[in-house]
Amino acid sequence: MSAATSTTGKSEMRRRFEETLLPPIVAIIIAMVVGDLLILTYGQSPATVYRLLLDGTWGNWYGFGQVLYKATTLTFTGLAFALAGRAGLFNVGAEGQLAMGGFAAALAGLALPVGTPAIVAIPICAIAAMLAGGATGAIPGVLRAKFGASEVIVTIMLNFVVLALLNYIITARLHVPETLHTPEMHAGAVGRLADSFASFHGSAANWTVIAAFLAALAMWHFLFRSRGGYELRAVGLQPDAAEYGGVSVSHVMLKTMMWSGAIAGLGGINFVLGYKRYYEEGFATGAGFLGIAVALVGRNHPIGILFAALLFGTLSQGGLAVNAIVPKQLVDILQAVVILAVATAVPEVQRQLRAAAASVARSVTSRAATTDGSK
Amino acid sequence: MSTFDSEIPETSPSGSMVPPRGRVAVATDDGSDAKWAVRMNGVAKSFGAVRANRDASLNVHVGEIHALVGENGAGKSTLMRILSGLYAPDAGTIEVLGKDVTGWKTPDAIAAGVGMVHQHFMLVPTLTVAENVVLGQEPLSGFTLDRNKALADVRALSARTGLAVDADRLVSDLSVGEAQRVEILKALYRGARVLILDEPTAVLSPPEVRELWQVLRTLQEQGDTVVLITHKLDEVIEISSAITVMRAGSTVTRLQTSDTTPRDIARAMVGRDVSLALDMIPGVRITHEHEAPMPPAPTGPAAMRVEGLTVASDRGTNAVNNLSFAIAPGEVFGIAGVEGNGQTELLEALSGLRRTKSGRIFLDDIEFSTMDVRERADAGLSHIPEDRHRRGLVLDYSIADNLILGRQHRFSSGFSMNREAIEAEAIAQIKAFDIRPPDASVPARALSGGNQQKIVIAREMGREFRVLLAAQPTRGVDVGAIEFIHAQLRKARDAGKGILLVSADLAEVLALSDRIAVMYGGQFACVLPAKDCDAERLGPYMTGANG
Amino acid sequence: MSALGFGLQAIRISIPYLLAAAGGVMSERVGVIALGLEGLMLSGAFGAALGSYYGGSPWVGLLGAVVAGLVITSVLAVATLRFRADQVVTGVAINLLVVGVTRFYLRLAFGSASNSPRVPGFGGEGAGIFASFENPIVYIGLVALPALGWLLYRTPFGLRARAVGEKPEAAATLGVAVTMLRVKGLMLSGTLAALGGAYLALDQHQFTDGMTAGRGFIALAAVIFGRWEPVRVGIACVLFAAAETLQIQLQGAQLVPSQFVEMIPYVLTIIALAGVVGRSVPPAALGKVE
Repeated sequence: MSAATSTTGKSEMRRRFEETLLPPIVAIIIAMVVGDLLILTYGQSPATVYRLLLDGTWGNWYGFGQVLYKATTLTFTGLAFALAGRAGLFNVGAEGQLAMGGFAAALAGLALPVGTPAIVAIPICAIAAMLAGGATGAIPGVLRAKFGASEVIVTIMLNFVVLALLNYIITARLHVPETLHTPEMHAGAVGRLADSFASFHGSAANWTVIAAFLAALAMWHFLFRSRGGYELRAVGLQPDAAEYGGVSVSHVMLKTMMWSGAIAGLGGINFVLGYKRYYEEGFATGAGFLGIAVALVGRNHPIGILFAALLFGTLSQGGLAVNAIVPKQLVDILQAVVILAVATAVPEVQRQLRAAAASVARSVTSRAATTDGSK
Repeated sequence: MSTFDSEIPETSPSGSMVPPRGRVAVATDDGSDAKWAVRMNGVAKSFGAVRANRDASLNVHVGEIHALVGENGAGKSTLMRILSGLYAPDAGTIEVLGKDVTGWKTPDAIAAGVGMVHQHFMLVPTLTVAENVVLGQEPLSGFTLDRNKALADVRALSARTGLAVDADRLVSDLSVGEAQRVEILKALYRGARVLILDEPTAVLSPPEVRELWQVLRTLQEQGDTVVLITHKLDEVIEISSAITVMRAGSTVTRLQTSDTTPRDIARAMVGRDVSLALDMIPGVRITHEHEAPMPPAPTGPAAMRVEGLTVASDRGTNAVNNLSFAIAPGEVFGIAGVEGNGQTELLEALSGLRRTKSGRIFLDDIEFSTMDVRERADAGLSHIPEDRHRRGLVLDYSIADNLILGRQHRFSSGFSMNREAIEAEAIAQIKAFDIRPPDASVPARALSGGNQQKIVIAREMGREFRVLLAAQPTRGVDVGAIEFIHAQLRKARDAGKGILLVSADLAEVLALSDRIAVMYGGQFACVLPAKDCDAERLGPYMTGANG
Repeated sequence: MSALGFGLQAIRISIPYLLAAAGGVMSERVGVIALGLEGLMLSGAFGAALGSYYGGSPWVGLLGAVVAGLVITSVLAVATLRFRADQVVTGVAINLLVVGVTRFYLRLAFGSASNSPRVPGFGGEGAGIFASFENPIVYIGLVALPALGWLLYRTPFGLRARAVGEKPEAAATLGVAVTMLRVKGLMLSGTLAALGGAYLALDQHQFTDGMTAGRGFIALAAVIFGRWEPVRVGIACVLFAAAETLQIQLQGAQLVPSQFVEMIPYVLTIIALAGVVGRSVPPAALGKVE
C-alpha cells in the first residue's frame, strides 16, 4: 500500500506541475515562431532582432530598469486579475481601477502640505490609491453579488466611464494648461532606483518594485495559507460546496472584487509617485488588458505572475529596442499571440492530461481488482 | 402480483412494419429480420476509467413495450444513448429494423425512426412547444420557416396521440408532465418507430403516469416499439411485454413479463450471489433475517425539532409544506419517497443552505432558524449532502483540505491557517475511516466514489456533533463502502446522536431507521415505526395513493 | 442645425454601431461572447483601406474588409470552438491582436505609424453630410438588424441558432450540428462587424491607427441594452448615436460636459444589467462551449 501511495503522490505532483507549466511554455514557443515569421516578412533576421531585443532590455542597466518599471505596474494588474480569477470572477476593469488609483494618489499628494515626510505621505497616497481602486472594483462586485450582473461587462463598461470621468475632472478642473495632467504633487514621491544605484540612471524604475514584490508574496500567503484564501478559492472552484462549507458566496465575490480593484489601484503609485509625480491621462492604457495576459501566463499564481510580468515588461521595452529595424508593434502581436496560445493550451493540456490519467487509472483499477481478488 | 395482460403476442404480425402514417420510411425489404426492431449484441463502451457497458445486448421485437431494467449505474442509459447515436460503441453490433447501423450518428438514428426521450429534458426553454418539436426538421415555405405549418403539424400530432399540450406556449411555462409530452412529440414528429424512454416516470405524478401508459399503449397498437428504461419493478410488470435486465454494464437476461415475477427480476438485477443487496430493490419485500433486532427508540427531549416548516422550491412553489417532526437522541428518523417530493429542499432548509418561508427549527431547544450554515454546524449539526460532487467536496482540493470544509475557521488563527493541525486531522481521519489512497495531498477528484464519500463521512461524523442530516449517504458507492457507511450510521445512533436519513433507496431506509416517514408532495404521507414497515406497506404512500 | 440634419448625422454615426451590434447579436445568440467586436471592426477598417488602396476601388475595399474580418473570426472560432479557450480572454486577445497586426502592417504596407494614405471611398469628397449617403454600406447597416431579426425568427437557421445559444445539448440530440452552426454564426458576425469598420475607413477615405475608438464596445453595450433582440438593439444603437450627435452639436454650448454624454451608453448598459429597468438576461449557453 505504501508503495502505491508514493506513486500516487508523485504522479499527482507531476500532473500538477505539467498542468501548470506546460501551457505557458507552449505559448512562448508558439509566440517565438510567429515572431520569426513576422520578422522574416519584414526582411530581417530573427536572430538579429532577438539579440537586439535582449541587449536593449537585460543587456544594460537602463533597459533593465525600464523592464522593472513596466513589470511593476503589470504585476499589480496581473495580481488584481488573478485574485478575482481565483474566485471565479473576471476583473476586466483593471485599467479603470489603475487609473482611478493613480489619480487618487496624485490628488492625495497634491493635498498634502509641502514637506510632509515621505514616511507619512507615501502611505497616505498609497491608501488613497487603494481606496479609489477598491471603490471602482466594488461597483461590479455589488452588482454581481446582488443582481448577478456579469462582472465582465460591467468592468469593461466602467473602464470607459472612469476614463471619461477622469477626463472631465482633469480638463474642466485640474489640468496644467496645455497638458492633460494634474499639477505636480507636493509630497509623497517614491525614490528612483537610480538615486541609490547610479547605473539605473535615466530609467523610471523606482522602489514601488519592492511593493509589487511584497504584494505578490502577501497574496500568495493569503491565497494558499489563510482561511480567506481557502474560502475564496473554494468559491471559485465550486460555489455550491463553498456555500455548504459555511461560506457566503456573494460576500466573498464582493470582497474579492473590491480587493482586486484595490490592488490594481495601488499599481497607480508606480507611475504617479515613482515616476512622473503627477497623474497624466492615458498612463494606464493597455496595462489592464496586459495584466490579464500576465495573470494568464502566470497561471493565476502570485509567484508565476512575477515572472510573467518580467516577460511582458521585457517585451514592451524590447519593442522599443528593436524599433529601428522592425516595427515595435511586433511585440503587440506577440503579446496577443501569447494570450491566445495560453488560453487555448490550458484547456487542451488539461484534457490531454486527464485522458492520460484516465487510462492510467483504468490499468490501476484492473490491477487493483486482481489484487483484491487474491486477498 | 403479476397483473400483466398478455394480449401482446411474442411476434407481431409483419403487417405492422408498414408505416401506419405518413412517416419516414424505414428499411423493411428484408422480411426475415423485420420482426426485430432492435438487435444489439456484444456492445462495450468506456468513459475514461469507467466501463459503462461490456458485452451488453438488447433484442426488442417490433410492437413490443420492452423494459430495460437495472440498478443505478447498470449501464442502461449508456446503452440507449448508443442506440440513439449519441455515443459510438467501442465494440459490438447494432441493428435497427433489420439494418446494421453500428456506430451511427444521431441524425441517422432519427432518420431511421429511433427517438429518445431523455431523463433530463432536452428542451429549449425560450422556444415554443412547436419550435421545440420541429427543431432540426423545420417545415419550409421557400427559404423561410413555415410557422403555421409547424403549429398545425404539432397540433395534429398532439390530437392523434393524446399527448395534449398547447403548441403555442413557451416551454419554460410548462409543467414537468407537459414538458415530457413535448419530448415524446419531438420523437414522434421525427417519425420515431422505436421510442426510447429513459426513466420517464421519475418526475411524474401518478395521474400523469397513467396518462403516459395510455399513450404508450396507443403507440403500441399503432405498431410502434417502445423501450422503457426503469428500475421500478411495479411499472415493469404493469406496462411491459418483455424485459431485459442489466447489471454492472452487461446484459444478464431477457425475460417475458408474463413468465416472471418481480422477485426473479430483482434477483437478476442484483445478482443471485449477492443476497445482501436484494433488499436494495424498491418494491420487493424482503425479510431481514441477518439484521440484529433494533433497540427501541429512546424517549426524552428531542435532538432536533421542526415546527410548521414551509420551504419554497427554485420555481417558487412550496416544496416543503408546513412540516413538523422531531428526532430523539439515539434515533434514526428515515425519510423515504420518490425523489423530488421536497426532500432536497427540506435538507437544505435544515442545514441553512435555503431560506425558509415559515416555521421554526430547534436543535436541543436552541432556535436554529435564524442561524447561517456555519453557526448551525458550530452548534452541533453535521450534514452529509446528497450530491458530494457538487456540494460535499471541492474536488480540486486535497483530501486534507476537504476534511476541514465547514470548519476552516477552527483551523485558522490570525492571518494563517494552522497547517500542522490540518495535517494531523487528515492523518487521523484517513486512518479512522480507511480513506484510500492514504495520502492527504491527493485531490479528492482522483479518488473513487466510495473513498470520496468516506471523506465526507469522516468530516461530518469524525467530530463532535449532535444531529446528523444524512442524504443519500451511499449513493454511487461500492458495496464495501455501503456496509462501512451503514455501520458508521448505526454506531452514531448507538452513541445517542439524532439522525435524519433521507434516501431514495427504500431498502436503505428500512434497514437503518427506527421510524420512517414517507415524503410526498412536500408533506409526510405517513410516519410509522420501522418495525411496522415494509416496502409493500410504504409503496402506496410513496405514490400518493394513500393519504 | 435642422432636425433633418440632426437625423441624418445620427444615422450616419449609427451605421458602424448597427453593423457591429448585428454581429454581436449573431455571435452571442449562438453562444459566443462578443468581446472581440472592437478588434473585428478594426480589422475590417484596415482590410477596407488595404483593398481600396491596392484595388483602386472601394468595392475591392469592401471585399478586403470581409476577408480581414473572416480571417480574424477564424482565429476566434478555432480558439473558442476547437480549443474551448475562455471566451472573455480570447475576446480581449483578439482586440490586442488586431491592434498589433494593423499597426505592424500599416508600417509594412504604407510605411506610416499612424495612418494610411488617402484611399478611394464611396461618394464625393467633402460634399457634406449627403456624401455619406452615397456609401452603400449605409444601406447595408440600415437593413442589417431587421434582416437579422428575420433570419433569427423566420428561418430554420435562426431557430437552430436560438436553440444552440440557449441549450446546445437539446439541439444536438435533434441532430443539429452545433459546432458547425456556431461557426456559421461567427462568420456572419465577423462579416457584419468588419463591414462596420469598413464604413469608417471608406467614409473617411483612410485608415488611422485605432480608428474604431471603442465603437465595438458601444455596439456590445447596445447588444446588452437591447436584450439581444435585433429590433431593440437597433433602437439602442440609434439612441447611442443620437446622444453622440447631440454631444457634437452641443460642443460649444457647454450645457452638459461632453464626457457625461459619452458615458451614456456604458451607464445605461450597467443599469440594464443590474435589472433596474427590466432585466437583461443573456442567452443561457453564452460563453459555454462543451
